Amino acid sequence: MIGNYPLHLMILVLLWGYIYTSWSLMGRLGMVSFGHGAFMGIGAYTVVMLWNHYGVSPWIGAPAALAVAAVVAIVIAYPCFRFRIVGHYFALVTLALSEVTRLVFTAMREQTGGSLGATPNGALTEGTTVALGALQFSSKWVWLAIVAVFWLAGLWVWRAVDRSMGRLALQAISEEEEAAASVGIHVTRAKLRITLVSALMTCAGGILYAQYQLYVNPDTVSGIAISLQMVFGVIAGGMFVMLGPTVGAAFTLLLAEGLRLAWGNRFPALDSTIYGLMLVLFIIYMPKGILGAALDALRRR
Amino acid sequence: MEIFDVFLLEAILNGLLLGGLLALLSLGLNLIFGVIDVVWICYAELIMCGMYTVYYLHVQYHWPLIAAMAAAIVLVAVLGVALHQFVIRPVLSAEPINQLLVTGGVLFFLQAAATLAFGVDFKNLGVSLPPVRLGEMSFSAARLVAFGAAIAGVLGLYVFLNKSYLGTAIRAISQDRAVMPLMGVDPGRVFVITSAIGGALAGLGACLLVLQYDVHPAIGLSFGPIIFLICVLGGLGSMVGGLVAAFVFAQFISVGGFFFAIEWGYVIAFAFFIAMMFVRPQGFFKR
Repeated sequence: MIGNYPLHLMILVLLWGYIYTSWSLMGRLGMVSFGHGAFMGIGAYTVVMLWNHYGVSPWIGAPAALAVAAVVAIVIAYPCFRFRIVGHYFALVTLALSEVTRLVFTAMREQTGGSLGATPNGALTEGTTVALGALQFSSKWVWLAIVAVFWLAGLWVWRAVDRSMGRLALQAISEEEEAAASVGIHVTRAKLRITLVSALMTCAGGILYAQYQLYVNPDTVSGIAISLQMVFGVIAGGMFVMLGPTVGAAFTLLLAEGLRLAWGNRFPALDSTIYGLMLVLFIIYMPKGILGAALDALRRR
Repeated sequence: MEIFDVFLLEAILNGLLLGGLLALLSLGLNLIFGVIDVVWICYAELIMCGMYTVYYLHVQYHWPLIAAMAAAIVLVAVLGVALHQFVIRPVLSAEPINQLLVTGGVLFFLQAAATLAFGVDFKNLGVSLPPVRLGEMSFSAARLVAFGAAIAGVLGLYVFLNKSYLGTAIRAISQDRAVMPLMGVDPGRVFVITSAIGGALAGLGACLLVLQYDVHPAIGLSFGPIIFLICVLGGLGSMVGGLVAAFVFAQFISVGGFFFAIEWGYVIAFAFFIAMMFVRPQGFFKR
């Protein structure tokens, strides 16, 4: 049988693959968001805080978190799209959003534990492996099944978006907003719809991440660092092909784990150093990412 | 005067000092955006490199502080040129968002490389200037020095851009990239010089920051976002706008932090930024 460690890696690859896929729904259509850490953080923290302080089950906390994420997404995205904030400016406005959430989680340290993070109150008693009401499972197989379902659902959404009229409209918008508007595309509505889908999926990813790791921390579920991690994971894998984000997640995780196994903990940030260097090279020489470039090479043969 | 008002006044004046520092930090980034039309997301990480340089030369190798600072300014200027030549130039004709992302990759690299080389612990320069007292209020001397140097830096750049031939060429390029080559200005050379000046300003910022804060690999993330937001809020590429925005931002942080916890000061400043983007997306001063 498979040990716990490979299982853990598979869970993380699929979970991050799902989150990266959610981000790419916007990114590949020209909306590069540096704010998805906010949605992930809202998911993680809303559920854990409701559970810890009010004993509200994650089954109720999750819809609440999704509702909060939807409101935040609309409040930020609607004016952005309405006033044509695109490119650099969109990236920087969303960057401000992810910093706001991180700082709010840190500042509410009475409730959230500040930058030390928080742990959901354990619901697994001696001998039990499943606490369905608390969404806590000690078996990694259960988690693998859960994240696999979400990951597949994410790919299904990608395909559905790809086949819809909305995708054509959004592609036209990403090329030239004014021209798209002039042929009768409702630019604001089209963008808002895909943003909501992307934000809610990312929020769900945050909920799963918190429940799986049983730990939340402002810096690891929200803020600029996690937002950049999503953007770069997707760039490494390939933004424009369905499995690209997943390949990016697998690549970054295996790189980190591989180097850790090879050299142990002697060089703590070696993987990130190599990764950062590769990112720069990717963006300059291979902007379609690993999978995108590989598919191109196959097609040429 | 009530004691409450004295502390509020102190917060406002401290905000003013912080504003000077932030103005200097955002100056180089703004210059580069105005001239080359690229946002260096890794700007704060260049500052971090400068801080480590000052720390190691002064503490480890016992250089005089002034020499260490001069070396840091030169080194970061060289880093700026290298960044332009090896990273920015290949993507100058690519999509603008790729230029943003590639410097994001550099951010990742520099942060990780610093962790690898120097470890994660906070390093303190060990230079402490005595606080300056003014009535019941007290101010950190390091902040006063930083404020003075920042104002000097801003004025120096202003004079350079407006009085020298090179400065005029830089301003001309920022106004029209297509025509200037026909007038005998080589944009490639101007870009390199601008990158060097931008880097040197980051180096100067590093010298001022290292007097007040401990240096650690993630320090860039703690003030990098503020610098970009200041540039955008002022109108990317507008020097005057950046200056005004820096002082506005600093007041939100300082006075907001006075009434609530310090993080809430930042939250208010960021929320103000988002709101302002909707009201005036082009920033305070449109270029």
